[in-house]
Amino acid sequence: MNNKLGRLTGGLLLALYAELASAAYQLNFQAPVTRIASEIYDLHMLMMYVILVIFCVVFGVMFYSIYAHRKSVGHKAEQFHENTTVEIIWTVIPFLILIGMAWPATKTLIAFKDTANPDLTIKATGYQWKWGYDYIKGEGEGVAFLSALSTPQDQIHNQKPKGENYLLEVDNPLVVPVGKKVRILTTANDVIHSFWVPAFGIKQDAIPGFVRDTWFKADKEGTYRGQCAELCGKDHGFMPIVVEVVSAEKYTQWVAEQKKKTAAAAEDPNKQWTAGELIAKGEKVYAASCAACHQPTGKGLPPAFPALDGSKIATGDKNAHIDIVLNGKTGTAMTAFGKQLSDTDIAAVITYERNAWGNKKGDAVQPAEVKAARK
Amino acid sequence: MSAVIDTHGHADHDGHGYQPSGLMRWVTTTNHKDIGTMYLWFSFTMLLLGGVLALTLRLELFRPGIQIVNPEFFNQLTTMHGLIMVFGAIMPAFVGFANWQIPMMIGAPDMAFARMNNWSFWLLPVAASLLVISFFVPGGAPAAGWTIYAPLSTQMGPGMDLGIFALHIMGASSIMGSINIVTTILNMRAPGMTLMKMPMFVWTWLITAYLLIAVMPVLAGAITMVLADRHFGTSFFNAAGGGDPVMFQHIFWFFGHPEVYIMILPAFGIISQVIPTFARKPLFGYASMVYATSSIAILSFIVWAHHMFTVGMPTAGLLFFMYATMLIAVPTGVKVFNWLATMWKGSMTFETPMLFAVGFIFVFTMGGFTGLMLAIMPVDVQLQDTYYVVAHFHYVLVAGSLYAIFAGTYFWIPKWTGRMYDETLGEWHFWLSLVFFNITFFPMHFLGLAGMPRRIPDYASQFTEFNQIATVGAFGFGLSQLLFLYIVLKVSVFAKGEKAPAKPWEGADTLEWTHLPSPAPYHSFHEAPEVK
Ligand code: HEM
Ligand SMILES: [Cu+2]
Ligand SMILES: [Cu+2]
Repeated sequence: MNNKLGRLTGGLLLALYAELASAAYQLNFQAPVTRIASEIYDLHMLMMYVILVIFCVVFGVMFYSIYAHRKSVGHKAEQFHENTTVEIIWTVIPFLILIGMAWPATKTLIAFKDTANPDLTIKATGYQWKWGYDYIKGEGEGVAFLSALSTPQDQIHNQKPKGENYLLEVDNPLVVPVGKKVRILTTANDVIHSFWVPAFGIKQDAIPGFVRDTWFKADKEGTYRGQCAELCGKDHGFMPIVVEVVSAEKYTQWVAEQKKKTAAAAEDPNKQWTAGELIAKGEKVYAASCAACHQPTGKGLPPAFPALDGSKIATGDKNAHIDIVLNGKTGTAMTAFGKQLSDTDIAAVITYERNAWGNKKGDAVQPAEVKAARK
Repeated sequence: MSAVIDTHGHADHDGHGYQPSGLMRWVTTTNHKDIGTMYLWFSFTMLLLGGVLALTLRLELFRPGIQIVNPEFFNQLTTMHGLIMVFGAIMPAFVGFANWQIPMMIGAPDMAFARMNNWSFWLLPVAASLLVISFFVPGGAPAAGWTIYAPLSTQMGPGMDLGIFALHIMGASSIMGSINIVTTILNMRAPGMTLMKMPMFVWTWLITAYLLIAVMPVLAGAITMVLADRHFGTSFFNAAGGGDPVMFQHIFWFFGHPEVYIMILPAFGIISQVIPTFARKPLFGYASMVYATSSIAILSFIVWAHHMFTVGMPTAGLLFFMYATMLIAVPTGVKVFNWLATMWKGSMTFETPMLFAVGFIFVFTMGGFTGLMLAIMPVDVQLQDTYYVVAHFHYVLVAGSLYAIFAGTYFWIPKWTGRMYDETLGEWHFWLSLVFFNITFFPMHFLGLAGMPRRIPDYASQFTEFNQIATVGAFGFGLSQLLFLYIVLKVSVFAKGEKAPAKPWEGADTLEWTHLPSPAPYHSFHEAPEVK
């Protein structure tokens, strides 16, 4: 019996060890690709060396004392308990070391805060739980899109093997040109989020109702991944940031594509849609914007996230339904989707909600009705 | 030294003649020793509860993917773990020490306000119940982190209201406790015990009590504003109504940073009693310790925004808070150097209290180093809200405050129970705690550096290995604490173990050791001892 247990634990330990030994352990910051990030990297290394030296000296003294000044080796206690000189020395020396550290830190800090004269300005808006990007000034002005996690739910719930960029992948990455100063304005729609790309050395909170800024100038093309860094509710762990840094030519090309897409998507707001078209489109919008809380089944996660299946609003008056989707409900996680979605999307998703699951209203909401309900 | 004072036989003429027994003894008691005991058991209960929550978190984080708790519940667990550990485990434990030790160490018969003392304690179980009940209300427990940042905290269900009430009650309890401690220390010292002759533990608690009185009302203000935003239509933290979400953080951290010192200064006090005792040598630099502690307390009011380096402050503000924070390292260093100088050329023995004290210096200092790293604003930008910060504050709060609580318990339990704890088991407890603590929290530095945010229920695959190591360590650490429970139960509740002499530690020289038998009599120092 004991033997079996022993072999079992031995086997388990071995398996654990094998798993641990085969992995790559990253011990330091991600490789920096901006000047600020590499200055931060160097600051951290400098501090580490100083700290290591202090560590060795201080604990060298302590362990020597533990070794030599023990009663068991017959050491007799001396009774001194003051020495002004020593006390002054060990106040002044740390102070000088700190000044040595503060100097480079100050320089980096000032450079970090210098957001003047950008080539490109992009507004990043935090939503529960995705990012919205608006290209405000510079090449690409007018481009705007939402960027949400693209890792499938069945990977998160362990039904499928996890992909290479598990949890660090999005549907629409932020695209910027290499070697250009990009200023990021951050704000948020609901609660505080934080825009963080480790390889760029930036982290800036996105605060609802306020605009803050930060900047970066990426020196190397590539794909860089970060995450929201401020607890923002249920899916805080699931709103990554992906930035693609591309060459100037590729960037121009990308901007042209985006413009074309926007033009194609700009539907005639007065077009009459059939219920079937609206429901088909609405299902997609629902999956992207609503399912995180109200769940694909429409059952929600009561009481924080109420069910839509059979709900009073989704089976009641159309206008109340339009109102809550457009304007949200204050004091809850229900955001005002009027700011994120087009009239067509809102009409489609409302139509879908009124006709999905057990809801059989059989009515449809046209984009024109949503447009009228705005303002 | 004067002879042991007879403190028996006062039962009839001391005004406490009537003694209910059983449960009512504990409900109605105004005796500082009883109340101290209740504080300590309450704290240990909360430690186990908060520990179970933490182990659940660690289990979920053993692998990437969502396994055992969903993301909403995960956030409730992190939040409640933090609140329970800070307000339920660490703070009440130190108040328990204050209750037992301050009167005995200054030669006073009891605390100044004995009835208020009872009330301060009994508020705590009420607050703890509210916290536990919040798990069962619609929407569950608060899930906005122990920092309950607005406007996330204005979004939550009724669990948040319960959390806010609980904090209010615990705050009231802390304020009453502090007033009691300040009054006791300033008015009830034995003749001859000037302020500069007080034991270091008493000094650190005097300063801590002032900090508590200063900042608990600030916390109360912040959470009351959240409550008003939630229910009374105000917009303190809502930009749409003219408020500012960042203001919450300023107010919270104006409380929050002194709060972290509230959790460490009494620990410094305990360590400053233990080290000289086992080095058989007086505390080095007593006066400079007092000044260092006071300057830490004062500085702690002007560094709060180092928790907010990423909210987007102006350059001048960032510089000010960076420099001020770095400055704190100086008095903190002075303390560490003083302890080392106390050990230097002493005649040391390493019983369990001393092991924990030396462990404290070694591991707490690492937390000080990471604190210094985080003080450097540009570096903090990379590390804020990552596992690096999680590592930092567990190094200072677990290896700091909690180790000091262990050191103090082993140190004084002979006086409290009249029995010697099991030395072998105590040393096992120390080594297990030390090893598993580091297995759990050291890898978190690497996770934070590599870019893993804190407060997430699921993570990218490259963080897997260090998370697995941390989870294994956490279970080891958690289980080791059951050993502590056993050691304490054995000498207290079961009254087993060798009888303790009045002064079991050769180097001890404070009044509770030199003037009182072990266990300390129910009523001590009815006649004040003379201190020379
Ligand atoms: C040399 C002394 C110390 C310095 C310079 C220091 C510095 C810092 C800084 C800059 C942060 C903010 C990190 C961030 O969020 O980005 C921080 C966080 C923290 N520190 Fe310290 N610290 C020191 C000692 C302590 C001590 C003694 C304690 C408590 C016993 C403590 C407890 C905490 C806690 C609880 C947090 C995190 C709070 C949270 O965000 O939840 N620190 N420290
Ligand atoms: Cu977030
Ligand atoms: Cu702080």
